[in-house]
Amino acid sequence: MTHLPTTTPDATAQPSAIPIIIDHVGHIFDVGTPRAHQVLTDITLKLDERRVGIIGHNGSGKSTLIRMLDGLIQPTSGHISVAGHDTVRDAKIVRRHTGFIFTEPDHQIIMPTVREDVAFSLRRSGLDKATIATKVDAMLVRFGLTDSAEKPAHLLSGGQKQLLALAAVLINAPTLLLADEPTTLLDIRNAQMFSDLICELPQTIIMSTHQLALLRDFERVVVFHCGQVVADGSPAEAKAHYLHLMETTSE
Amino acid sequence: MVVLAVVAIIAQRWIPTALAMLAVVVLAYFLAGIRAKTLWLQLRPMLLMSTFIAVLHALSSNWRLAVVVPATILTLVLLAALVTLTTRTTDLVDVIVRLTKPLKRFGVEPERVGLTLLLGIRCVPLLSGIAGQVREAQLARCGIFDVRAFAVPLIVAAIREADAIGEALVARGFDD
Repeated sequence: MTHLPTTTPDATAQPSAIPIIIDHVGHIFDVGTPRAHQVLTDITLKLDERRVGIIGHNGSGKSTLIRMLDGLIQPTSGHISVAGHDTVRDAKIVRRHTGFIFTEPDHQIIMPTVREDVAFSLRRSGLDKATIATKVDAMLVRFGLTDSAEKPAHLLSGGQKQLLALAAVLINAPTLLLADEPTTLLDIRNAQMFSDLICELPQTIIMSTHQLALLRDFERVVVFHCGQVVADGSPAEAKAHYLHLMETTSE
Repeated sequence: MVVLAVVAIIAQRWIPTALAMLAVVVLAYFLAGIRAKTLWLQLRPMLLMSTFIAVLHALSSNWRLAVVVPATILTLVLLAALVTLTTRTTDLVDVIVRLTKPLKRFGVEPERVGLTLLLGIRCVPLLSGIAGQVREAQLARCGIFDVRAFAVPLIVAAIREADAIGEALVARGFDD
């Protein structure tokens, strides 16, 4: 079993990728009810790159898969392991080392002010208040949020909210970062800035997006269609396949 | 604050003491360095209801109640607002967690109580945001305000948001 290494966010050396094995995974929502519908069918992937993108139409199963990697949704068939840990049986261990960025940052911002929300992530860390304050201050400086530290978090701009969500996730020094369409609600400039920012991180990153340009520096891009993998390769190959898919499925 | 609240409840017997308590709380706002505008923002939503209560008492009972009941309500509401205006949510939650620690032997989990309070506080701007969006959408579509057409999307959106926040909390490690 591979142990999840602990990295510091400012580590300069590139750590190795967190290996992820998706083994014949399927998922049916509302299984056993008349509303049951299959969203993922027999997905098998071995991911050992540091930058993996996931693209596909709305409803293609991207978000379901990315949530499964964090144990937020359990597969109805098959297994997923993250660094050797099963995402169902060892969900807590996986989550302890994984950060998740949602499309809508308002969902993951819990505390009223920016500073309190970043500190909230360390609430169960067992660290003393002074250490937490030092870590939070450093994180606020790193993301340019110091001036907004005491502001109500829900009044920040969309771009700043997503930065806050990222700061609150990175303060726990995760080794794997999952991002489900993190730039969908941002304007083009903020989306590019946010994407550049996370690409510079030492963490292994799995990101789903509709903005294909953001994946140009990724090592691998997987294309989903109707709950299945239809292409898997370099960003250029995947983009070409996806664009072809859009043309053929719209006819 | 608790002492002031208890005194305010005792003071409601007489008009001068009830009004004096209201004045003390207003003074406390200025001592805490809170601007008059912020004080007004706390008072404004209460004015209509206070006037209604005052008129109701003036017509149905007596002048003393018409003054002391709204004055006491305003005093207590302003005191509660003063606590939230001058105290960090984290500190408030820490106090609740500390106070509920003795209840651990009865199966109460203090951290969960604190988290519940936090989520309650979190829901205020969230619900007012959803309500604003639903109201705007309703006005944009038909230009009139209908209570049922307002309540249904509000409840549906609130449940969806609650699910999403729950999921995000689990992702942030609050998964037990």
